[in-house]
Amino acid sequence: MTQIGSAYIERYPEWQNGLPGRNLAWLSELRADAFARFAERGFPTRKTEAWKYTNLAPLAKDVFAPQTAASGKMPATVPAHIPDLGTAHRIVFVNGRAESDGSTHNALPKGVRLMTLGEALKEAPDLIADHLATDNKPEEPAFLDMNTALMTEGAVLTIEPGVELEAPVHLFFLTTDAAARSAMHLRNLIMAGKGSAATVFESYLGTGKAEYWTNVVTEIRVEEKARLHHHKLQSEGEAAYHIAMTLTKIEDHATYDSFAMSLGGSLARNEIRALLDGSGIDCRLNGINLARQRPHLDTTTTIDHAKPGSTCNETYKSVVGDHAETVFQGKIIVRPDAQKTAAHQLNRNLLLSDEAQANTKPELRIHADDVQCSHGATVSELDEQALFYLRSRGLSENAARSLLTEAFVTEMLDDIENISIREALRHAMADWLAGLSGTGGQA
Amino acid sequence: MPNLLEIQNLHVTVEDKEILRGLTLTVPAGEAHAVMGPNGSGKSTLAHVLAGRPGYEVTKGDIRFRGKNLLEMAPEVRAREGVFLGLQYPVEIPGVSNMYFLKAALNALRTHRGEQELDAVEFLKIAREKATLLEIDENLLQRGVNVGFSGGEKKRNEIFQMALLDPTLAVLDETDSGLDIDALKVVANGINALRSPERAILMITHYQRLLEYIVPDKVHVLSDGQIVETGGKELALELEKTGYATFEKKRAPDVAASAPAQSA
Repeated sequence: MTQIGSAYIERYPEWQNGLPGRNLAWLSELRADAFARFAERGFPTRKTEAWKYTNLAPLAKDVFAPQTAASGKMPATVPAHIPDLGTAHRIVFVNGRAESDGSTHNALPKGVRLMTLGEALKEAPDLIADHLATDNKPEEPAFLDMNTALMTEGAVLTIEPGVELEAPVHLFFLTTDAAARSAMHLRNLIMAGKGSAATVFESYLGTGKAEYWTNVVTEIRVEEKARLHHHKLQSEGEAAYHIAMTLTKIEDHATYDSFAMSLGGSLARNEIRALLDGSGIDCRLNGINLARQRPHLDTTTTIDHAKPGSTCNETYKSVVGDHAETVFQGKIIVRPDAQKTAAHQLNRNLLLSDEAQANTKPELRIHADDVQCSHGATVSELDEQALFYLRSRGLSENAARSLLTEAFVTEMLDDIENISIREALRHAMADWLAGLSGTGGQA
Repeated sequence: MPNLLEIQNLHVTVEDKEILRGLTLTVPAGEAHAVMGPNGSGKSTLAHVLAGRPGYEVTKGDIRFRGKNLLEMAPEVRAREGVFLGLQYPVEIPGVSNMYFLKAALNALRTHRGEQELDAVEFLKIAREKATLLEIDENLLQRGVNVGFSGGEKKRNEIFQMALLDPTLAVLDETDSGLDIDALKVVANGINALRSPERAILMITHYQRLLEYIVPDKVHVLSDGQIVETGGKELALELEKTGYATFEKKRAPDVAASAPAQSA
């Protein structure tokens, strides 16, 4: 047990009073069990294989109290920061609390529900009971357990069978300096019923410089023949901790298409566990870490092929500048029954400075014999010949570096079907690249 | 004619090896010159050092371009001042479209000259015009820079860029290599169309084939890092007959110690 773990244990009884759903006995029990498991193990250390490259000491050095107080209003300047997704259905959380002012999810089509976790625990507790903390568990559950014990808010989206949702659903999480030193334990649930279709955009924005901690778990179920496009933008404040776990269970002939761009925070982990619990599944996991100055950005994926005849392709890229570090850990499990599995993994890293570091660790555990699996990893620098070529035509060194860096990652966005989400991500990337020129090498 | 380019006693080291050893060469405006020489004589080094490629260390000597010190300029500044290098092996850059790249390049040059930047429509109009001259398929312009281009297409793309960027000094490094005769004619026509009293062209080539289509005003023979002979266009033919061996022995005995004023 780490010392810091004990500080959380001491204060847990005090925090419990502010948690939603205290009237639900099953939930109280679930929370207590989860906290007991966390209390037993504490924070993972680098001795835990799943956390080998990410040192949690900066996060664990102090206690972050859960943000349970009714929070302030949406700051007046915020709407300008919300990515414009046109006709999207939007649900907004500010400092971990639901904010009805910025939300626009009133005109949902029949068969679609979008609620806050607080609302759902009041209006549809059975729905939550059925879908919370399912059997699709990560190898190292410390943050899942802590989240279950302390979750205060989140978005709950259900799409009934056969319903095709045209407009994207935007889950927008904003954190300001008002949440300094506190933790947002967010829990999102997305249930895409049989044959349904939807696009979800999850975005996290920090507007201040204070330390805070977003600990978010998103549980997703994609039922038979459903199609879910799930995109995420992580642009937390520069001193923020962002620990995210997405647990997705995918059934027969369903499509799950995930894209995550991570460019904020001082320490961020985007962990995805995809359980391919059926045949004929098309699973795509893609993402980009953009790290400059001093952050540590970690992408960890586990793709668990449980049944025969499914496909999963994953490509993750990192651009690492200054003193930043990135991590990619990609585990692929093919269970003995999962014959005819196709699993392809690619991780490419671009280092922009001598001090930048990219760690990459593929891990294939293949227990079936008739499979197609491949993996590749590269770590490289900008091509000196290409840089000279661009400069010899009149482009400044910064412009040339920026153009080549953009070229390294930009193709990743081409596969995002929804134009407004693609453009929102493109803007975020362009802003990041522009910042890079300012701090980039000599002229 | 004023001299556009004046190179005096140039010594250049690449990876601790001296490649150019006292090269002196002048090119006046309005002329096309050829630098010929065997493999390893320093031809490509000369081309790259004119464009400012990193890794080429000038240990001695001077290069003046329109009277300005070229060696003090970053590669992009040289380009903006009007120096263009047509590469022997143009680089492939996946993910950067040819059009986007060239619009950025042309606008960087225009800004440097105090002209207004072109918008996409204006740029496309000019680009189409120049592409027609070089018989370049418009589809190639939309693709990644040189990605999937044949050897000939890459060379045509270089001359297309030259036509677009309208340089004062064009240095063309082995532009004819890898071109079949038809492609060579197209490229040569493109280059000839750019000859003008204000512009100078420096062709760097191993063979005289290119010079049948682009007739030079002067031919210089480069051997072991020095210009050892300068003559008219007939010098290229003589080289073709006798080979480079005849000229190699003309090399100055002690170039390292020679004064900057040494002439070729």
